[in-house]
Amino acid sequence: MNALTLIGELSLWVGLLMAAWSTTVSFAGGALHRDDLVDSGVRGLYATFAMVVLASIGLWTALLTRDFSVAYVATHISANMPNLYVFTAFWSGQQGSMLFWALILSMYSTIAISTSRSRNRELIPWATGTLSAILLFFLATNCFKANPFVRLDFIPLDGSGMNPQLQSPAMAIHPPNLYLGYVATAVPFAFAIAALFTRRLNAEWLGVVRRWTLISWFFLTVGIILGMWWAYLELGWGGYWAWDPVENSSFLPWLTDTAFLHSIMIQEKRGMLRKWNVVLVVLSFLLSIFGTFITRSGVVESVHSFAQSPVGTWFGAFFFLCVGITVYLVGTRLKDLEATAELESMVSREAAFLYNNLLLIGIAFAVFWGTVFPIISEWVRGTKITVGPPFFNAVNVPLALLLLALTGVGPLIAWRKASVSNLKRQFAGPAIFGLIVGIALVIAGMRSFYATMAYALGGFVIGTITQEFYKGVRARRTIHEESLIPAFLHLIGRNRRRYGGYIVHVGIVLLFSAFAGLAFKTDNEVTLRTGQEFDVRDPYGHKWRFISQGVSTSETRDRETIGITLQTFRDNKPMGFITSEKRQYFDTQRNPLFQPLTAAGIRTTPKLDTYVVLAGVQNTGSAAGDNEATLRVTFNPLVMWVWTGGYIMLIGGLIVMWPQAERRRTQAGYAAVMPPAHAGVADIPVPV
Amino acid sequence: MKPRTKFLIGGAVVLGVAAYLMATSIEQTGVYYLTPTELSTRIAADPGFVNTGVKVGARVVPGSIQRMAGGTEYAFRVTDGTRTVPVVYHGLAPDTFTDSVDVVVGGRMGADGTFHATELLAKCASRYDNAPGAQKYKSTAGYKAAASHA
Repeated sequence: MNALTLIGELSLWVGLLMAAWSTTVSFAGGALHRDDLVDSGVRGLYATFAMVVLASIGLWTALLTRDFSVAYVATHISANMPNLYVFTAFWSGQQGSMLFWALILSMYSTIAISTSRSRNRELIPWATGTLSAILLFFLATNCFKANPFVRLDFIPLDGSGMNPQLQSPAMAIHPPNLYLGYVATAVPFAFAIAALFTRRLNAEWLGVVRRWTLISWFFLTVGIILGMWWAYLELGWGGYWAWDPVENSSFLPWLTDTAFLHSIMIQEKRGMLRKWNVVLVVLSFLLSIFGTFITRSGVVESVHSFAQSPVGTWFGAFFFLCVGITVYLVGTRLKDLEATAELESMVSREAAFLYNNLLLIGIAFAVFWGTVFPIISEWVRGTKITVGPPFFNAVNVPLALLLLALTGVGPLIAWRKASVSNLKRQFAGPAIFGLIVGIALVIAGMRSFYATMAYALGGFVIGTITQEFYKGVRARRTIHEESLIPAFLHLIGRNRRRYGGYIVHVGIVLLFSAFAGLAFKTDNEVTLRTGQEFDVRDPYGHKWRFISQGVSTSETRDRETIGITLQTFRDNKPMGFITSEKRQYFDTQRNPLFQPLTAAGIRTTPKLDTYVVLAGVQNTGSAAGDNEATLRVTFNPLVMWVWTGGYIMLIGGLIVMWPQAERRRTQAGYAAVMPPAHAGVADIPVPV
Repeated sequence: MKPRTKFLIGGAVVLGVAAYLMATSIEQTGVYYLTPTELSTRIAADPGFVNTGVKVGARVVPGSIQRMAGGTEYAFRVTDGTRTVPVVYHGLAPDTFTDSVDVVVGGRMGADGTFHATELLAKCASRYDNAPGAQKYKSTAGYKAAASHA
């Protein structure tokens, strides 16, 4: 046992005490208005962070030194695994991922409190107390229910290893991103609780909340896209999203984050939706807890009921405690949350954003309902009833298409009440463009209603965004006499929130286009002997020919690989080779580890992915090569645009998040009262 | 009419449509999720339940998997410890489908007492260590070697 591991284990317990201290004195300091207690609480939070860091170093040390006397190490890695995946084993199991939650939460809390301490003095004790209380919950779970430092009473020679499906670069960084996204919702939640407690519900707490919701949104986006990518490459079923409960539970807080990032603009500009925004902040946090719980407890994965998981009851209790506190706080402060303005017209930006929120929450509710329906039906009717992708698609596709339409309308329609001339000016061009796209596709032979709608609406949204950039660049070129590219870059740089948002919308349109392509996906199962060929048409009508080049096997230190190579032709033109493999991993004594792993052979073009999975090989005779391979060949249109759309969303998100954006905006206000100055002056902060 | 009222009506329409879609698609696509024991109880109570689309969650009986010629047809048995059901499945089996794994088979019970599956999902027990007291490591070679030394 390494000394660092021992220190780590001890630190976990000290961290628990520190969190308990910080929770107690922060709330006490807030209630009694005692600054000394508040300061002590904040220091306690920082100390908790330090302790959790030490505990994490301890677990990482145990993993990297392959200390198999620690049960977590023995059950999650093996001696011959590469260090990268030994490192990521930290969050691959329940105990480790709980500690990882605590690590991120304590880090975020420290950053959030230390950066907003001078600005939000009144809120700090309550926010610190809430964050410490959440930390206390996770550390207590870690200490008592899911301790990663539990020792075995013997030292095994080797551990049980990690599922090779998880040993992929995407999987190495997918979970931490999701956690970074989940945990970031705790900060807005804490500040919302603080604002409710102190009844300081004006604009001051919203800055912190918006910033951290953006962080949450950003990392959830990264995590979800990486998860889709991993599923597509490693799971071999030819898709990237299956409406699996674990996937759904990462999508839920993403939806409420997205809803909040839109509705907050209505509160900032018009003072409306104040209750609603508090509800969204709280929902995001609760759904993150729910997501962690679903992922980690095995409720749905194992199709067991809630209480059977060791942390299930704790999570359930914590979840309902948070719900109870929030309901009480919001209920007793309804008066403080009255809107300062009313909706003036249904044809206005406010109304568009309200419907945007309604749709996002509608989708979130449908996803939530479908995810928990087996549990609910068992409670209510005594029988478990499951719903699958048809349910999610039937409900979400129409809602999502309406949302896509609003993506074009919302940012351009006038505030308060749009005039006919406003509507004509902003939407005539894009609407005609969208219509042309739709008609062109129908003429070209597209017969899926939803897909055609998706492309037509996508065209409309792209039209509005192009028009915005065109107008903005043209204005800069006239006023500032800039050339095209500097005008474009300055346009984005000076209004990062707005134009970053448009870029996110471009990514969304690309994602929708890719999803619509799923309507044309085709699957073929085929059995081929060496030299046999298989002819099939792809969704665009091209004729493909696949010729089996035979099955080959190879062995390396830790795995045996069976592969098949296909020579491919499209319309008789050679398109290269596709190789698809199945791998069986071994431990150091050549015992098979886990189930075989599929590595799909994928040929990607912007229009079409050709996706080949080797399902199995049967021997048909005794001689080598006497075999036939069973394959599934899937034509997946437009999959590349899922990833491209994802990257573009992230670029847009980064532009919006970049800290400079906020400072610039306030400076723009100063600049308005300053005499026109030469470039550079505006960058110097002007005190007022 | 006040815009606020108009919005509320519009919102109610949107939510109503969503609720309608949810209700109808649960009706149309929701399937019973049963254990082999529950399935046989239901069929005993209502013979017409045969041919209702269901999902059955159970564990594959070790050694029962037979792969038919052609490679895309399987026959195997699943059990929940009390009842055992023979299953035939046509299609590609997932990588995780082996002896003793938990599977979910979707399809219908035939009058012949065999479950005809059109869907086969195998749950990968090793993906998340969810089961309380999971002692998977005890089946590893390293553990056995260490235990025999001890």
